[in-house]
Amino acid sequence: MANMSLEKQKMPELAPNIRNKNFEEVALGYTKEQALEEASRCLQCKNKPCVGGCPVQIDIPAFIKKITEEDFEGAYQVISASSALPAVCGRVCPQESQCEGKCVRGIKGEPVAIGRLERFVADWHMANEKEAPEKPESNGKKVAVIGSGPAGLTCAGDLARKGYEVTVFEALHVAGGVLVYGIPEFRLPKSIVAKEIEGLKALGVKIETNMVIGRIQSIDELFEQGFDSVFIGSGAGLPNFMGIPGENLKGVFSANEFLTRINLMKAYETDSETPVWKGNRVAVVGGGNVAMDAARCAKRLGAEEVSIVYRRSMEEIPARKEEIHHAIEEGIIFRTLTNPTEVLGDEHQNVTGIRCVEMELGEPDERGRRRPIVKEGSEHILPMDTVIMAIGTSPNPLIRSTTPGLETNRWGCIVTEEATGKTSRQGVYAGGDAVTGAATVILAMGAGKEAASAIDELLRDR
Amino acid sequence: MFQILEKQSLNPTVTKMVIEAPLVAKKAKAGQFVILRAHERGERIPLTVADYDPAAGTVTIIYQIVGATTIRLDQLQVGDCLADFVGPLGKPTQVEGKKRVAVVGGGVGCAIALPVAKAFAKEGTVVDAVVGFRNRDLVILEEEFKAVSQEYRLMTDDGSAGKKGLVTDALKELLETNTYDEVIAIGPLVMMKFVCKLTKEYGVKTVVSMNPIMIDGTGMCGGCRLTVGGETKFACVDGPEFDGHLVDFDQAMERGRTYHAFEEDQCNLFRKEVQE
Repeated sequence: MANMSLEKQKMPELAPNIRNKNFEEVALGYTKEQALEEASRCLQCKNKPCVGGCPVQIDIPAFIKKITEEDFEGAYQVISASSALPAVCGRVCPQESQCEGKCVRGIKGEPVAIGRLERFVADWHMANEKEAPEKPESNGKKVAVIGSGPAGLTCAGDLARKGYEVTVFEALHVAGGVLVYGIPEFRLPKSIVAKEIEGLKALGVKIETNMVIGRIQSIDELFEQGFDSVFIGSGAGLPNFMGIPGENLKGVFSANEFLTRINLMKAYETDSETPVWKGNRVAVVGGGNVAMDAARCAKRLGAEEVSIVYRRSMEEIPARKEEIHHAIEEGIIFRTLTNPTEVLGDEHQNVTGIRCVEMELGEPDERGRRRPIVKEGSEHILPMDTVIMAIGTSPNPLIRSTTPGLETNRWGCIVTEEATGKTSRQGVYAGGDAVTGAATVILAMGAGKEAASAIDELLRDR
Repeated sequence: MFQILEKQSLNPTVTKMVIEAPLVAKKAKAGQFVILRAHERGERIPLTVADYDPAAGTVTIIYQIVGATTIRLDQLQVGDCLADFVGPLGKPTQVEGKKRVAVVGGGVGCAIALPVAKAFAKEGTVVDAVVGFRNRDLVILEEEFKAVSQEYRLMTDDGSAGKKGLVTDALKELLETNTYDEVIAIGPLVMMKFVCKLTKEYGVKTVVSMNPIMIDGTGMCGGCRLTVGGETKFACVDGPEFDGHLVDFDQAMERGRTYHAFEEDQCNLFRKEVQE
């Protein structure tokens, strides 16, 4: 008999005014009882609309059924047949616009909390599964994966399971990509990412950090060294700046820099040797998940006032609903329909404020988003001492500028064949943000899977 | 990996280390830099490549002990390993097609100016070197510079070695006498600023090597950004060398002071630790 409650089981969370001073994970995870209650809200629809909303087509009703049977490991097996990083995706996927957005229960009340159930299953598996995965027999073929973010890790894992000898090259000193430098500890504990990576190493994947492909070695040199194929998962790490006056004043940072210092270098820890700017009145420009992360981190570093400055309205703001909800709870101010035109500073080049204009929403652009238009005579100054630009990132030009024949588009993204990730270079595949521009973990993961499949088809019978 | 093979004190605050890094050594060129961490919980810092030996698989770094990480680095001995060492980063110096250049090094900047001077000399360019130090105890790499330059002018603030004066004094004399295709200036920001002011009067193209604060060194954070000719550039991918006449030095100096208070606290903590 299905649970007809119109509401999701409440996720236990740390209290806002306590959690906004530390970096502990905010969402604590369902208890077993909650998971069973929530799983029984699923109607086990025959046509499975939720699966259609999932970028990697996890058999959602099937894993939820296993939960109701208390076969949590069985549920994990269903999920991991399609998803390489369930503990990550359960925490960071924008479920409201994917699986949960299609859930039939969402018509009258709240959808089934599919994301929370995925997280429950993944965490259960991590806590209870003792056996390390077995390293399959090698087929003698070598694949190089550039980048250890979600796309690269997924591609590496899938190929390793098929017997390929995979080496992942990571530019930073720690593997994980955005999972480690971008998403904060309070949303995605790094111990989870580390466990996933240990799992890959147990499968035989070699991870070489401190390797900036395009500088220490080119893709052509990788082929010369004997790799049979290359997957590019180098992400979109180049930060966008607005190009407004005052952007190089002390106290203006890209969200990438701010988050890298905090997440990768753990600059919030008292014995850290890496400094981080601790502002008091902070403006974060942008409305995506990165902006929310930056704002919530700034709050945790002790800022008295943190504002999101976003040029459209709350209806259009692209961040995950849960992030916005948590940010508001933690005291982040949302200044919507506002856009900075200049960063102001004093004689020592310290930020003193931002000059802003109010915006109105006009006709939709070609992507359907309403165009922000400046309201005449609405100029005003907001006093600030810190400005964080979280307005998007683009792919780093290093790989495309050192790989002859690799086609890219006008935004610097690698051009690939849909569903395979094949690039204009024979044997070279690509996926994730390096192809789409900044997007989500699950899309990157999906692309990694597709490319692994295509690479396997290419090399299998050679 | 990244074992320290040699360590030598060049003067009381400047140390030279030879690091085992075969892949970096194979690719490194003059003008490029590495990012390293001295230990597992350490900060990432950039250091320019002072020398490289692809055959031996080694990269040489020369650093001044100025802050927490360089203090930690200096506590390591031959046989210890660095936690991380990544490179070569940045664009190499353009050495082709110059007949005569003047290389100006200030203080520990000479450690970076030397590989540039060597690279030019290898191309057959005539190199005149001007180096400046506060006093004679700080003079480094004298023989190495003399080996690759036609003119070698040593200047010290107090006259205890070479001639008394600033590098700009010696450079002015050289600019009056010879025709240069390019001047390369590497040293403290204020030194590079004044060298550029001087060379502008003579209309000689000047290349400077910028040393902003960096974190990743690969272009992902923009922490190293500076204004060159009114445009924002990232020192780690567009540089570290830039046309000195276009660089906003005052802004670079201010941005370099961003973590001043933190750095001082760290240094004091470390100096106490080392003393104990």
